[in-house]
Amino acid sequence: MSATQEIEFRDAIRDAMSEEMRRDKRVMLIGEEVAEYNGAYKVSRGMLDEFGPRRIIDTPISESGFAGMAIGAAMLGLRPVVEFMSWSFSLVAADPILNNAPKMLFMSGGQFGCPIVFRGNDGAGGQLGSTHSWSVEGLFSNVPGIKIVIPSTPADAKGLMKTAIRDDDPVFFLESERLLGMKGEVPVGEDVLVKFGQACVRREGTDCTIASWGRPVHFCMEAAEALAKEGISCEVLDLRTIRPLDIGAIERSVRKTSNLVIVDQSWSFGSPGSEVAAQIHQRCFDDLDNHVHRVHAEDVPAPYAFNLEQEYLPNTRKICEAVRSATYNA
Amino acid sequence: MATPTTDGKSTHDVHGGLPIPRRAANRPVPGAELLRGWYRELVLIREFEIRCMQAYQDKKIGGFCHVYIGQEAVAVGCVAALKPQDPLVTAYRDHGHALARGMTARACMAEMFGRVDGCAKGKGGSMHMFDREHNLFGGHGIVGAQTPLGAGLAFATKYEDEVLNNGKSSRVTLCFLGDGALNQGAFHEALNLAGLMNLPVIFVVENNGYSMGTSIHRGTTQSHDLSSKALGYGIDSAVIDGMNLLEVYHGMKDVVEKCRRESRPAFVDMRCYRYKGHSMSDPRKYRTRDEEELWEQGDPIGIFEKFILDQGAITPDQIKALQKEVKAEVRDAVDFADNSPVPPMSDLYHDVYREPWGRYTGTSEPRMYGGALNPPTFRATREGDGLI
Ligand SMILES: Cc1ncc(C[n+]2csc(CCOP(=O)(O)OP(=O)(O)O)c2C)c(N)n1
Ligand SMILES: [Mg+2]
Repeated sequence: MSATQEIEFRDAIRDAMSEEMRRDKRVMLIGEEVAEYNGAYKVSRGMLDEFGPRRIIDTPISESGFAGMAIGAAMLGLRPVVEFMSWSFSLVAADPILNNAPKMLFMSGGQFGCPIVFRGNDGAGGQLGSTHSWSVEGLFSNVPGIKIVIPSTPADAKGLMKTAIRDDDPVFFLESERLLGMKGEVPVGEDVLVKFGQACVRREGTDCTIASWGRPVHFCMEAAEALAKEGISCEVLDLRTIRPLDIGAIERSVRKTSNLVIVDQSWSFGSPGSEVAAQIHQRCFDDLDNHVHRVHAEDVPAPYAFNLEQEYLPNTRKICEAVRSATYNA
Repeated sequence: MATPTTDGKSTHDVHGGLPIPRRAANRPVPGAELLRGWYRELVLIREFEIRCMQAYQDKKIGGFCHVYIGQEAVAVGCVAALKPQDPLVTAYRDHGHALARGMTARACMAEMFGRVDGCAKGKGGSMHMFDREHNLFGGHGIVGAQTPLGAGLAFATKYEDEVLNNGKSSRVTLCFLGDGALNQGAFHEALNLAGLMNLPVIFVVENNGYSMGTSIHRGTTQSHDLSSKALGYGIDSAVIDGMNLLEVYHGMKDVVEKCRRESRPAFVDMRCYRYKGHSMSDPRKYRTRDEEELWEQGDPIGIFEKFILDQGAITPDQIKALQKEVKAEVRDAVDFADNSPVPPMSDLYHDVYREPWGRYTGTSEPRMYGGALNPPTFRATREGDGLI
């Protein structure tokens, strides 16, 4: 076990980027307000001071332009980290990030890769209304060629970010603004990486598996705690990456518990949650005591009003209801 | 240099622009009643925004909240130069535009509070103010998103006149954007389309010198002469002093009339300054207190107040009474918003579709067609079917 240090989620991301920038001069950070303002959410705090304006680069509000520019630079061998102030704003850059980055290697017959990380705030929860509350994992997990990472703890954020930067493929790194202030023990040291495609068991249990990723993992933990008092023992799996997807870990857990609830903050239709459900129904048909249950954002645009938004999101109450239903305790 | 100026001469030169032509001096002064009405609107917007900031601190308002303090003369002057049926569309710093357009302080505040009596039933929030009655086609949260929409509104009014009504273009569209939006691709595509198709739309850049923490010089080429952006698309432009209501009014009157007459797009570099942070959580370290103070000396309300006093259009007592009245109106709006109910949960599934076949209940339950076997038939347009 390496030494750890208690830091905020945002600083864990920053430390990962800074360590990788010290290790590899080809790595640079570009985006709106990342340099002089230290990041709209203060994730890149101090990086301009350390690395200077040639490697920490402020841009105009031109997502399509700077995302595409970074992809071009990656084709030539740089390893850019691109910050979207919010993933909601990446939609104006849909063509470069979906049509260029993930297809470059394939279309060029393996000649040109795209070692790039796109990162930023993802998901609803801050009453930002319909345009600013996207959970883009629902959209982007549909696209082959992209790796999608959604950390739920500071330690994972750091380890996964380091892996993302060293990865030779385009990685979409989804942060929750709601978690950025969360503190946690984070390994100190250059080479503590978290591999992609490895789910983590956050809590062991025997009656029902709850699989999730990103911020909702915390709601799952609360739900598991509450359900334990009712005598329902839940196993909480944090998938950490959606592509690659550690379906094997879910399968093993479901063989033990015979029940699965998936908690996914994106919309249900054609989502990572529906993909996991389909794969588990196929792989574990005879092991399941009930069909797979899913908790998603409600199938409507994100509302502004506080009470509506709380109800819109997956929350602890809905997860408890789904688990009770799955385990015939409803 | 002691006197604040928007024409690029001050030591706190945030725009670095070419000098601004002065227009108001040679124009007839509007009637006293009109002037008093405008003054009231300026004061109303300012007071509204101050109370918004308080309500935000009190956690009555959530999400992002961008106040308009310092830019009031722009919305009031621009709207005054329009007709009520002219469509207007703007970005997320939209409370001022909504109030100037005629939305009540109550409806606007209740929206900010996320309550049912808000202009969008509490579903849109601060950044997304919509008001069909007053031809306000939104507040739009994504930078630049409203610029193609502005072109589209103008396309529809032109179509209305040329295809539906066989007449010539009679409505103009006003599309506001921030200086930061100049750097979005959507803006450039919109300008090209507007120029190409002769759309009667006016793009008003509320050039307050900053997009978040980025000064216009750090983010935008040709920042000293934004008209060069429009020139590339064959669009005429004007530079207007956005801190002076009369300048805004007369400058915009010219632009609006020409646009209406010729059915050609226009571009306005409206020089102004936002006094507060970008949103509620901005320590404003990217500019100096000196700079802010200099601009505060050129307060659009102060300038206009002095003007109407000098004109004898209002007395100091009338000003006091008016300020008191506005304060009461905004206090009432806050109370109203606070007492308005939160939206019922059933609202979550309303307004996702127009629901011609029944209640929408989400993808997981296929009740969208309300059990009806045959969707209703749609009728063809008839004589007299108009637009909004
Ligand atoms: C496409 C997109 N990128 C980024 C943002 C985040 N953002 C919101 S406002 C803003 C600054 C815009 O500045 P400006 O256009 O000058 O308008 P102002 O705030 O000065 O009124 C930014 C970067 C966004 N809303 N949309
Ligand atoms: Mg601006």
